Amino acid sequence: MIPISWYLILAAALFSIGLFGVLSRKNAVAILMGVELMLNSVNINLIAFWRYLKPEVITGQAFAVIVIAVAAAEVAVGLALIISVYRRKNTIIAEDIDLLKL
Amino acid sequence: MGDPVTLIAKWFEGVLQGWGLNEDATLVVMNLIGVIVIIAFVMIIDIFLVWVERKVVARFQDRIGPNRLGPFGLIQPVADIIKLLIKENIYPKGIDRFIYNLAPLFGLFPVLLIWAVIPLSPTTIGSDINVAVLYLVATGAFISLGIIMAGWASNNKYALLGAFREVAQMISYEVPMVISLLIPVIMARSMQLSQIVQSQNIWYIVGAPLAALIFLISSIAELGRAPFDIAEGESELIAGFHIEYTGMKFGMFYAGELLHALAVGGIFSSLFLGGWRGIGAESFPIIGMFWFFIKAYFIYWVIMWVKYTFPRIRIDEMLNFNWKFLTPISLVILMVTAVLDKLMTGYPPLVYFGVMLVANLLIGWIIVVLLRRNVKVEAPKVAEPRPIARPDGAPPVPAGASSSITSQS
Amino acid sequence: MTPLQIIFIIVAVITLFAAIKVVSSRNLVHAALWLILVLFGIAVFFVILSAGFFAAAQVVIYIGAIAILMIFTIMLTRRVARDSGAQHNSNWWAAAVLSLLLFTGLSWILSRWQGFQSTAQPMLESADPLRQLGEGLVAPGGYLIPFEVASILLVAALIGAITVAWERK
Repeated sequence: MIPISWYLILAAALFSIGLFGVLSRKNAVAILMGVELMLNSVNINLIAFWRYLKPEVITGQAFAVIVIAVAAAEVAVGLALIISVYRRKNTIIAEDIDLLKL
Repeated sequence: MGDPVTLIAKWFEGVLQGWGLNEDATLVVMNLIGVIVIIAFVMIIDIFLVWVERKVVARFQDRIGPNRLGPFGLIQPVADIIKLLIKENIYPKGIDRFIYNLAPLFGLFPVLLIWAVIPLSPTTIGSDINVAVLYLVATGAFISLGIIMAGWASNNKYALLGAFREVAQMISYEVPMVISLLIPVIMARSMQLSQIVQSQNIWYIVGAPLAALIFLISSIAELGRAPFDIAEGESELIAGFHIEYTGMKFGMFYAGELLHALAVGGIFSSLFLGGWRGIGAESFPIIGMFWFFIKAYFIYWVIMWVKYTFPRIRIDEMLNFNWKFLTPISLVILMVTAVLDKLMTGYPPLVYFGVMLVANLLIGWIIVVLLRRNVKVEAPKVAEPRPIARPDGAPPVPAGASSSITSQS
Repeated sequence: MTPLQIIFIIVAVITLFAAIKVVSSRNLVHAALWLILVLFGIAVFFVILSAGFFAAAQVVIYIGAIAILMIFTIMLTRRVARDSGAQHNSNWWAAAVLSLLLFTGLSWILSRWQGFQSTAQPMLESADPLRQLGEGLVAPGGYLIPFEVASILLVAALIGAITVAWERK
């Protein structure tokens, strides 16, 4: 059998890679991809904990459903914002979107 | 009892264990063989489908169709395949070579995946998973992925535009399709396809005709077949996303499309027409396969009938039709079905299906009434008086002259 | 090593490699395709964890909707996607250090948990997690309110996305 540690380490690695993407990428869509990686690693953890600790209680699964729903909402709004910014400023490089700076 | 498929499987399992394989290894080998058998079976059907499609379209168009090679032109598909295989492999300039080569695979393999969960007979089913209906939706995701990969990697404007249109259409029509898929799930109380087929003592099309119709329409849109084939509208996009593909790579898209149409027939018959159920299927499972394919081919024929009868729809009309017509209706049907199902549990099936049918007819009648009331009568087009080219300085036309010209034309 | 462990390791290696490609590849469409590979790998993990529903939902929602939407957005903003310049900002080394620190920290904290090496009990034959989940999501005593809130969030996101991306003439 696979010990739970494998899943936890895998999820931690995915989360860190996602964080690296979010922090280092220039392109806004690429940043969103990093966020997706992080959310997915959280889902792995939730399902793994559900399966390994309390398979008879569905809390972990219910949580994962909510995470998927939130991820879908986040991507829809995020991509709409990116398209809107691209129309106005003709760029989706996160550093160039600095209207709030002086 | 009397089922050759199980018999052969049992015999082969015995042979494998006779060779000294342990239980796990036998299971793995048996599963692998099952995968290969189903894929080979379906691919042979696919070759045959090329002939069926060409023959049927020929009859619709008052032609004879392939009739030179073999009896009734039956060997024609083999010739087609040989032609595709020996064609030159062209790589356009500036393509993304890896993705370009990967995309045709995505045109075919998701369709093969569909066949893994469809119960062909009471005993023959690839994998009887408990989320089969959701799995069917999931395979659609790979198909749209393959299309967008093909469109992007080809480095061609027409291909990219075609892929955009096709994927937008697929994602949109997935919504009413999934909602109408839920109605048999509610009635059978299971997402397992074998369970859904098993519980259809009365075909679900009797209790949910509107859902069946919506599923059929949105599946045709998923297939990207006429009248929803704007993605490959010849007059606008030449051939759509597979414009840059030649030879067997194009052949894989084509084979995928044909097989997908038959798979839609299989899904439809499993969900609404009782799948393998028919006379004698309970005692001789192999007859179930016969009934299943009769039903699947019937739906396939309906899809072809629609394809070769209706003209192409414009993209904005098509998306409006989806979002403003199909989706709201399917939501209403879903809610009505769920409530009625809750109220009607415990009643005999005849009453249950009668009430469902009446509810469906009522909804259909209301839709027709609403459509009639809101129909826009297009004003008869009266031609504007056409400007007439005349040299400078020519005398002005008398007032009645131009109208008389238009009335003549 | 059981066959399951071998499958896990192969899928994990592919997934992690693809994840690194997602954050490092220059061509954004390639990054999106690698992301799809990651998402598919995660679906495989869900299957191993006997959560078939989540595997199917993962493919439908993440690959079928989210990743396709991202590819659409990348193509609609194509001039930037074609940009051959650097795709990382000047602080990428700090981000790398931070991520490594986070990974070691997380691993360290997790390894101190006493259940770290625990293995799963086999699923009961009678257990039907799918039915449980379905009933739990609509039971007033279960997760009805979070579920409804999530649905309201989705509607709000739908309307918000349309309003934000609407092109006013």
